[in-house]
Amino acid sequence: MTITATQSSDGSELTIKIKGRFDFSAHQMFRDAYEKVDKDPGHYVVDMKETTYLDSSALGMLLLLRDHAGGDNADIRIVNCNTDVRKILTISNFEQLFTIQ
Amino acid sequence: MPENDDAPDASPLKILIADDNKTDRLLLQTIVRKEGHSVVTACDGLEAVKAFEEEEPDIILLDVMMPNLDGYGAAQRIKQLAGEQLVPIIFLTSLQEPEELARGLDVGGDDFLSKPYKPVVLRAKIRAFDRMRRMHVTMQKQRDEISVLNVHMREEQTAARVIFDNVAHPGCINAPNIKHLLSPMSIFNGDIALAARTPAGDMHVMLGDFTGHGLPAAIGAMPAAEVFYQMSAEGFGITDILPAINQKLKSILPPSYFCCCCMASLSFVSQRVEIWMGGLPDCYLWHPGYRKVERIKSRHLPLGVLSSERFKCDTEVHDMELGAKLCLWSDGIVEAENPDGEMFGDARLFEVFEKNEDPDQLFDEIPRAVKAWIQGDEWGDDTTMLEVTMVSEQEVAETEVSYQSGKLLNAREWKFTYELKADTAKEFNPVALLLRLLAEVPGLRPHQVSLHTVFTEFFSNALEHGVMGLDSSLKASPDGFAEYYAERARLLNESIEGYVRFHLHCEMEETVGASRLVIRVEDSGPGFDWQSRMEKAEDSEISRHYHGRGIPLLRKLCESVNYIGAGNEVEAVYRW
Repeated sequence: MTITATQSSDGSELTIKIKGRFDFSAHQMFRDAYEKVDKDPGHYVVDMKETTYLDSSALGMLLLLRDHAGGDNADIRIVNCNTDVRKILTISNFEQLFTIQ
Repeated sequence: MPENDDAPDASPLKILIADDNKTDRLLLQTIVRKEGHSVVTACDGLEAVKAFEEEEPDIILLDVMMPNLDGYGAAQRIKQLAGEQLVPIIFLTSLQEPEELARGLDVGGDDFLSKPYKPVVLRAKIRAFDRMRRMHVTMQKQRDEISVLNVHMREEQTAARVIFDNVAHPGCINAPNIKHLLSPMSIFNGDIALAARTPAGDMHVMLGDFTGHGLPAAIGAMPAAEVFYQMSAEGFGITDILPAINQKLKSILPPSYFCCCCMASLSFVSQRVEIWMGGLPDCYLWHPGYRKVERIKSRHLPLGVLSSERFKCDTEVHDMELGAKLCLWSDGIVEAENPDGEMFGDARLFEVFEKNEDPDQLFDEIPRAVKAWIQGDEWGDDTTMLEVTMVSEQEVAETEVSYQSGKLLNAREWKFTYELKADTAKEFNPVALLLRLLAEVPGLRPHQVSLHTVFTEFFSNALEHGVMGLDSSLKASPDGFAEYYAERARLLNESIEGYVRFHLHCEMEETVGASRLVIRVEDSGPGFDWQSRMEKAEDSEISRHYHGRGIPLLRKLCESVNYIGAGNEVEAVYRW
């Protein structure tokens, strides 16, 4: 499992890519991905294209990111989920908290 | 091969001398015998034919002018009788007219010997024809061996084909949204086209083109197909399947063999396709509604080239609206040559798409265009094509995911208890093992993903809260979240007493939806006040807490989830 963060050149958007299983073991890496940035971006993209699995602690981590990014005002898009990951996000009603594409 | 006059380069021959002139006969006989050969004689053409049948001579010296049947007639009959066998006939003649000499060759003679006979020339001719005769025998023998081997090879290929088909069962290659072109013996050209549904309802397709033909390709294709089907059925994504096939091929194939491949996963829910491509010519993602072709380019090395460490499975994701088609092909299309040796090429292929009017016809238009280009029908054996169309979920719903029937087919009701000691539970995650067992329960394989979530959540709860005694309310703040996992990591290094127990109770029924799996997970912890926790959870559908998401999630996947007693036991009922 690896997590990479890329900030757009103007710093306004941060893309976090999660590769492999997204579970508790990703916790520190995931937190670093959005905390260790020079400038707070306004927009966040969580790219789950290569995320194979998501557990409930990962859901918690997404909520941590959401609060970090401004809670109800956060602009976070979760993109490229595979069917399994999408299912878990849907069952957990995360569509009401995130833009899932 | 060096030969000289003295070398007894052949075993003695039997030579038939047919001449009505006794003096000539004796003269020839003397020369030939001196060479160590045995002699049979005849005085006219009929006798010559009879002697040929009875004595089976190796070489025949035949006078042209003979009573009863002349040399020409005898030569014709003898050649007819000899069939495939080469029996050199040397005409003995005093004739000098070119027409007569030519006639001798026309009726089947091989050479002339002019009177008066010169022993040196006759000896040389006999030797020369003996060489030719022996070469002919060798060639016939080799031809017969080749034909036997060829029959044998075809039998073997047919058997190998059957074995391959059993390994690479058709999967869902015959689904209504897939069209494919694959010659029956394609496996020996190294081409494969595979398709499978995943438990989550996605469709995986793979088009592979192994380098080289024949056995190595066929042998390499088998494990590739096996891994593809197995992992697809177990719910793995293509980014897991590709490294697995790569590693398998890398370890079994000699360095010069590899597999150019395109693998794609279609999600009918999100109408997207995830694609990986290594080593094939550009494939097309076609959007007929927009008359647009997106090129899928090979961004990777073929499978079986790189070591696991260096292998990359970055995929690209594209939108596929209803009716969009993913077209995959091996290099046989663009490389098909016309009689002038010019290739069909990508531009002409693209033109077929541009000219297409009815998207449903496209798949037939491509081979038609290629055949028109090469001006012949021989094309096709070496080309594999696959077209997958994005359709609604309902349209592929009937394409039942073809699972192999589980090994627990007749195990209608069973119970199973599995206990891990705490120190083992810290180091060994039993979820995969339990899922493998459940994968053998008929009908349960499509539920692997949900069951995976159920077992994972139960196991981490039992381990973290029960055995390790971690309090999830720690997770209430971002820092607490970190602290929780720091504490978890610390406890992993300490020796703990306790256990986690899984109790499975399976009851299978004929009716769909009537089979039940009861999963009870018990831990050695003190339990918790689940009654009050559950009340709070009632309104936590969209709870903003960082923790406590697991159980609500499981409640939606299972028929019921209930805590028992002190709360160190939880029971879920899963129906299918």
